[in-house]
Amino acid sequence: MAAVLYALPFLLQGLLITLWVSALVVVFSLVIGVILGVGLVYGPRPVQWLVRLFSDCIRGIPILVLIFVVYYGSPPLGIAIDSFWAGVVALTLFKAAQVIEYARGAISSIPKGQMEAGKAIGLTFLQRLQSVIFPQAIRRFLPPWINGVTDAVKGSALISLLGVVDLMQSINEVIGRTYEAMPLYLLGAVIYFVINYSLSLTSRYVERRYAYIRD
Amino acid sequence: MDANERPLLKIEGLQKSFGQIDVLKGISMTVRKGEVVSIIGPSGSGKTTLLRCVNFLETYEHGSIQIAGQEVGFRDSSNRQRRGETDLARMRAETGMVFQSFNLFPHLTAAQNVMLGLVKVRKKSKQEAREIAEHWLTRVGLDHRIDNLPSELSGGQQQRVGIARAVAMEPKILLLDEITSALDPELVNEVLDVVRQLTEEGMTMLMVTHEIAFARDASNRIVFMDDGKVSAEGPPKELMAQAGSNERLDAFLSRFRTSHLH
Repeated sequence: MAAVLYALPFLLQGLLITLWVSALVVVFSLVIGVILGVGLVYGPRPVQWLVRLFSDCIRGIPILVLIFVVYYGSPPLGIAIDSFWAGVVALTLFKAAQVIEYARGAISSIPKGQMEAGKAIGLTFLQRLQSVIFPQAIRRFLPPWINGVTDAVKGSALISLLGVVDLMQSINEVIGRTYEAMPLYLLGAVIYFVINYSLSLTSRYVERRYAYIRD
Repeated sequence: MDANERPLLKIEGLQKSFGQIDVLKGISMTVRKGEVVSIIGPSGSGKTTLLRCVNFLETYEHGSIQIAGQEVGFRDSSNRQRRGETDLARMRAETGMVFQSFNLFPHLTAAQNVMLGLVKVRKKSKQEAREIAEHWLTRVGLDHRIDNLPSELSGGQQQRVGIARAVAMEPKILLLDEITSALDPELVNEVLDVVRQLTEEGMTMLMVTHEIAFARDASNRIVFMDDGKVSAEGPPKELMAQAGSNERLDAFLSRFRTSHLH
């Protein structure tokens, strides 16, 4: 136990990295995924094909492979990228491919007449998205997306394999010094669980808040 | 030429096809300011498609549609370059449309449905938009439903919100697409009464309808469409009189003569 207490400040630093990576991945993938998802539904054919291709390729590759491809593949392409950002980019690509599908599903669930009604009163495309489509689609989008956020937190542990000292890697390093594997892995499990369980609770709250159609 | 003589809506040589099927085979017609024109005809004759071309919900291959002298969907009639998004939205705001299936925004209250275009397109303040919305919702008999969601309204009430949403934008012309077809019979009249009031106030309208009796009573002119063409047109009485010499029109009207036209 003493080892665990001694290691706490170090683990907290790792936890901050984990949260930082997760936050970056969640925000970047949300923006990219929603934009590409809109492109997949409303874009011209070539855009639809490109988005489809991107999504299918990414989703067909194991996340671990993707992380190494980005990390080792970037320098030959002349892109200087450290292990932290390689991890963020790889996880973002992976996550964005999922967000595209959530967004596509949510947007396609809105009847065609909604877009037409928006056109008829003279709303531009972006106004229709903002005022008509998104407020309705968000109910469908949120539940799978928040589940996906917990995946991002859990998946972020993989960047420890690039040597980034996140929560996972800091645990590994403490174990390397103290040989107290069980208490430390348990502690790690508890921390990941607490983060993800609070996300799940948030998701349930948000779902209720957006249940605006009283039927 | 007197400005009033220039038609408000001018459709010329309109042709449209869905794949191999020609839906509109060269439609020409006009609607003058203050006029109420009904389009009748068998299903599949292209009535609704024609109406949807007028606010460019459908594009078309040939011909031109002008509102107050301006081409609707294209920058000009000769080179047929499609208008940009903002430009097109601005043109669409000149027409109001009421849909068969209402298409109210389910996440917004009756008032918010009416206010959306006023705030986003007409750039009114929230407060001013709210006043206009209350005014029009009262006019359509929904002063007690202003803050209800569409899901809390009957079909007839929803459609009246749909009408309020369209007219509150002060469109140059109102397009009505079979607006009572999705309603239970007992709810049809409350909607038609609202339309009748609007015709009496001089609102310019182009409507597709199956309510032949209503079209006869409320329209200045009726256009009979058949197989993608205008088969007959004229003031209601004249059109009915043409039935003797137009087989298709006669066949179409005979279905209503016995049941509705008394």
